[in-house]
Amino acid sequence: MHGEGGHQPPRPATHTMSDNQPTQTSVAVGDGAAIPLKSDAGLFTAWRIAFFGSILLCLFLAFGRPDQYMAIFKFVPEGIVITFQVTIGAILLAIVFGLIAGLGRISANRYINGIASLYVEVIRGIPLLVQLFYIYYALGRFVKIPAIMSAIIAMAFCYGAYMAEIFRAGIQSIHKGQMEAALSLGMSRRQAMRQVILPQAFKIVLPPIGNEFIALLKDSSLVSILAVSDLLRRGREYASETFNYFETYTVIALIYLIMTLFFSKLISIMEERLNDGH
Amino acid sequence: MTATKRPMIEVSGVSKFFGSFQALHEITFSVSDGEKVVIIGPSGSGKSTILRSINCLETIDRGRITVGGKDLSNPQTDICKIREEVGMVFQSFNLFPHKTVLENLTLAQTVVRKRSKKEAEDIAMELLRKVNIAEKAGAYPAKLSGGQQQRVAIARSLAMNPKAILFDEPTSALDPEMIGEVLDVMKTLAREGMTMVVVTHEMGFAREVADRVIFMDHGRIVEEGTPEHFFTNPTHERAKLFLSQIL
Repeated sequence: MHGEGGHQPPRPATHTMSDNQPTQTSVAVGDGAAIPLKSDAGLFTAWRIAFFGSILLCLFLAFGRPDQYMAIFKFVPEGIVITFQVTIGAILLAIVFGLIAGLGRISANRYINGIASLYVEVIRGIPLLVQLFYIYYALGRFVKIPAIMSAIIAMAFCYGAYMAEIFRAGIQSIHKGQMEAALSLGMSRRQAMRQVILPQAFKIVLPPIGNEFIALLKDSSLVSILAVSDLLRRGREYASETFNYFETYTVIALIYLIMTLFFSKLISIMEERLNDGH
Repeated sequence: MTATKRPMIEVSGVSKFFGSFQALHEITFSVSDGEKVVIIGPSGSGKSTILRSINCLETIDRGRITVGGKDLSNPQTDICKIREEVGMVFQSFNLFPHKTVLENLTLAQTVVRKRSKKEAEDIAMELLRKVNIAEKAGAYPAKLSGGQQQRVAIARSLAMNPKAILFDEPTSALDPEMIGEVLDVMKTLAREGMTMVVVTHEMGFAREVADRVIFMDHGRIVEEGTPEHFFTNPTHERAKLFLSQIL
């Protein structure tokens, strides 16, 4: 669940500035599946075992025990689509919220800064599940929108607060000489932020955002509490009809595991590409 | 060079505090159009602080700085406009690492000066040729040596057609063999009549290029005069001591 242990805002880690080099700050984030780097051999192997193991297990269950499992594999995938809709919708919206709030957190304007900080503090202090209920029913009282939309908004609102801290740390990790150089060329603060600081900060925050994506993918299972037919809810529906609870949740867990492992690998590849670049 | 025109940069009675530490004590000097002023002094003497104040990268607590007759502390003054006219070259180059050399030069031209891409690139290439680094136009700054980066930084500043350029210890972060190439570029600019305020430890450069040398210590201007006067016959003990240590 979101907010439990280890979910820290990224902090500028090694700040060894060799004057001319951009600060490629590595950002340590605890939540989400561990992102395997090639250098981390043990984890890499663990990733392989887990990933290919679960795929093999799925294949074995589906074709080795078709009478028990085939029906499950046929019933739940509809939920995967919903899970992705919620996750992708929420992460995109959370990036928007996070960027706005993150910029607010470093704003010199007291009021903007205060509002952004309040948002971050309040949201991070309330469990995601409670927020999900709260926003879902609060929205439901005033506006008529589909369940999936309010689920996405609720998730994004919560994750935006964590994202704000990532953006804030990312922006602050850019050497202040960059802002000064841009200003000294006559750029306004806004131009400098857009043209010089943010493009560099985005590169730094990409890995932690990827991590947030994986955490969000997992937390999206919470929306099954609401009337959203995501992967977990499809499983619950199936299980409550057939009473095959163990089999169903085995499949659900395996599918989640395959998805998160797949994405963590994707993110680590992306991260390596970024580091190989200039 | 005679400096009889109205001062381009006027610093009068400027004091600056970092907490309770007073970094600048009542600094007063002016720079005329076309003049080359070199500020020297030991580390922590406030040289960089006063230079940065002229570009509004530091705020001052007392006194007044005017650039082209405009008071920097007047809220009506458009600081961006002043920065367009007064370039700055940093000790740490501060090139934009996510942009190529060419893009480093064209960015502010297109964003601030609103030049077309083509026009900006033409100006950029001309300046890169001038600082002898045109062949690296497509490279990213990380692939350049320190001396090359600093020459690009100077070209970037020139691309805005500034009326004056402030140099904040431009060669202090360089390996010794690269200092010369950067100083050569600066000397060329000086010959072309650019107004320059240079904070440096390069005494040879000060002696050769400066119209006037300002010696600072502990946030005060201790001595001010022609390089000849300063290097051969300084009035103050502190300046004599500094010179004996550095020369």
